[in-house]
Amino acid sequence: MAEQQPVSTNGRAGGDDASNGVLEQLTDDQLRWIYQIMRRIRRFEETAEEAFRAAKMRGALHFYIGEEATATGVCAALDDGDFITSTHRGHGHCIAKGARMDKMMAELFGRTTGYCGGKGGSMHIADIELGNLGANGIVGAGIPIATGAALGSKLRKDGKVTVAFFGDGAGPTGAFHEGVNVAATMNLPAVFVCENNQYGMATHADFANAAPIHNRGAAYGIPSASIDGNDIFEVYATAKEAIDRARRGEGPTLIESRTYRHKGHTVLDQKNYRTREEIAEWVSRDPIERFVKAVNEAERLDEDDFQAIDGQIELDIEHAVAFAEASPWPTVDVIERDVYVE
Amino acid sequence: MAVTTPQASASETATREIFMSEALREAIDEEMTRDPTVFVVGEEVGVWGGAYAVTQGLLEKWGPDRIVDTPIAEAAIAGLGIGAALTGSRPVAEFMYSDFMGIAMDQIVNQAAKNRYMFGGKAKLPLTYRAPFGAGTGNAAQHTQSLEAWFVHVPGLKVITASTPYDAKGLLKSAIREDNVVIMFEHKAIYAMRGHVPEGEYLVPIGVADVKREGDDVSVITYARQTHHALEAAEQLAAEGISVEVVDIRSLYPLDTDTILRSVRKTHRAVVLYEAVRFGGFGAEIASQIQELAFDDLDAPVLRVGAAHAPVPFSEPLEQASFPDTAQVVEAIRQSLQGLY
Ligand SMILES: Cc1ncc(C[n+]2csc(CCOP(=O)(O)OP(=O)(O)O)c2C)c(N)n1
Ligand SMILES: [Mg+2]
Repeated sequence: MAEQQPVSTNGRAGGDDASNGVLEQLTDDQLRWIYQIMRRIRRFEETAEEAFRAAKMRGALHFYIGEEATATGVCAALDDGDFITSTHRGHGHCIAKGARMDKMMAELFGRTTGYCGGKGGSMHIADIELGNLGANGIVGAGIPIATGAALGSKLRKDGKVTVAFFGDGAGPTGAFHEGVNVAATMNLPAVFVCENNQYGMATHADFANAAPIHNRGAAYGIPSASIDGNDIFEVYATAKEAIDRARRGEGPTLIESRTYRHKGHTVLDQKNYRTREEIAEWVSRDPIERFVKAVNEAERLDEDDFQAIDGQIELDIEHAVAFAEASPWPTVDVIERDVYVE
Repeated sequence: MAVTTPQASASETATREIFMSEALREAIDEEMTRDPTVFVVGEEVGVWGGAYAVTQGLLEKWGPDRIVDTPIAEAAIAGLGIGAALTGSRPVAEFMYSDFMGIAMDQIVNQAAKNRYMFGGKAKLPLTYRAPFGAGTGNAAQHTQSLEAWFVHVPGLKVITASTPYDAKGLLKSAIREDNVVIMFEHKAIYAMRGHVPEGEYLVPIGVADVKREGDDVSVITYARQTHHALEAAEQLAAEGISVEVVDIRSLYPLDTDTILRSVRKTHRAVVLYEAVRFGGFGAEIASQIQELAFDDLDAPVLRVGAAHAPVPFSEPLEQASFPDTAQVVEAIRQSLQGLY
């Protein structure tokens, strides 16, 4: 799988086992966690879309549906105290880092009980206590911030690792170059995870990036990998290796995770820059379905496990919406609050 | 209005109403036709047609050599404009949101604005930057700012903004023809506003304000979307016999101080209205000029109405209350008249 300096030996080099032995190394609890997180992301967003279409929320919603394996596989390999920086398409990162869906939903609804008290909305959910340093409305902006978090960890010797999630559209930004180069020169405990979902708005990743993003690892003298981002096992194994490496003080890694957003750029996007066939092909490689198939084939978990998880998610989702809808709107006296520490 | 005369016959064009986004597109399209060195460059200006549809259809018409899609690279976009302008092209470079100009700040402020001066007047930059700005869209703090004051503070840049489709078209055409760097801020909330735009050629000169409504009691000096709040306030107060004059400055730099002073010398009261953060905003410059140059004509302190001292919040009730609306303008006008400060 790795086309440059490989970080993982768990390449998809063949064999019948869809997970190349990664699945076998995971406990039942880990498998349940993975399934639960991927399904939570999907159901959260499907529900948010319904609410948006019913005019219950406004603004820009960027759906992660189809890309769940990347956030989930990477966060499965992180420790609780580790950090991430996220993007405008951040719901998946939030949920995979342990965010509560009720507080997320309330934020999308613009209510006081939301993660940001309604001040941030979908594009700015952060939970510093969980190590989520924030979704971001500025493409590429999370990359130098992740480098900074990793520098802080190095200086404080807290043993933590920071993952920067960013899109293929961030590859062309100056922030990418500056952030990754600095991390490499300082040998920081950072992992740069490019979610290459093929497009930034209508612009194809190959149009925007002069050469494949994972090639750039060599330019910065750091390991890099190009992986199937819809294969949760490959994502997990690659991320784990990179995160362990960072934690050992061996410096950053660049991972390009190839995936696809099933939906438009935002909830309002109806443009025609992708073919129906292309979308159908990627949907047929749905990361959740592939996970379930692999687990079933390996005769791990059983139908009850999946059903129990799904059932709980539906309850949580119902609660999240009810909670959001019942929550109060913020009042104008808070507008100038929290601009500074008082 | 201080504009050149439309050339189309009155009969066929008297009632043509188009969106501001269409008016801007016409401006670009006409200037591209007129001058083969004009080209458009920016993110999603081609295949997507522009985030706010301003360049919709232009790629199909002009092709990728004149409608140039770029990767996400604001510093490069600003620099592409500079380099191409220095070497004989006439670029119209778009920032998808004015908020992203922060990334391009060095290119705009240290390069575009200063090249001509530093090079002893030997360089010429026929360069237009366009950028949507303003709040009210539910897009939260990084997609809603009004940052015009940053740019008027930098000698070497001209800064314009329109409140109507008519002005938008005429101003943008003037900007494209300018041999200077002009930044045109376009308010997102009025892209879909319709207004009269005659068929055929006309320009709105840069540096000329427009009195959008005449009145005798108070002058509201404003620009862009807030012009409409001022006009609504004027309409409401007219019912009470209060006569409000609304001056749309249209051009922040150069500023048409004469028109502003003429208005204030007539009404003796001024409310300066803008959507940016009130503190340190461009309204402070206007207010300061009025008191410096027309102090003896004033019957009341010059008031400023602007946005809260906070990033733009996401939640609708917060966002709507964070920047001026018609009610706040009415209130400020009453304050100015009653001497309640
Ligand atoms: C600096 C900057 N430029 C432009 C934008 C507008 N914008 C928002 S998302 C986006 C596309 C991003 O593509 P990518 O990084 O691939 O992420 P994806 O949307 O595919 O998840 C663009 C152009 C922005 N938010 N920030
Ligand atoms: Mg992308």
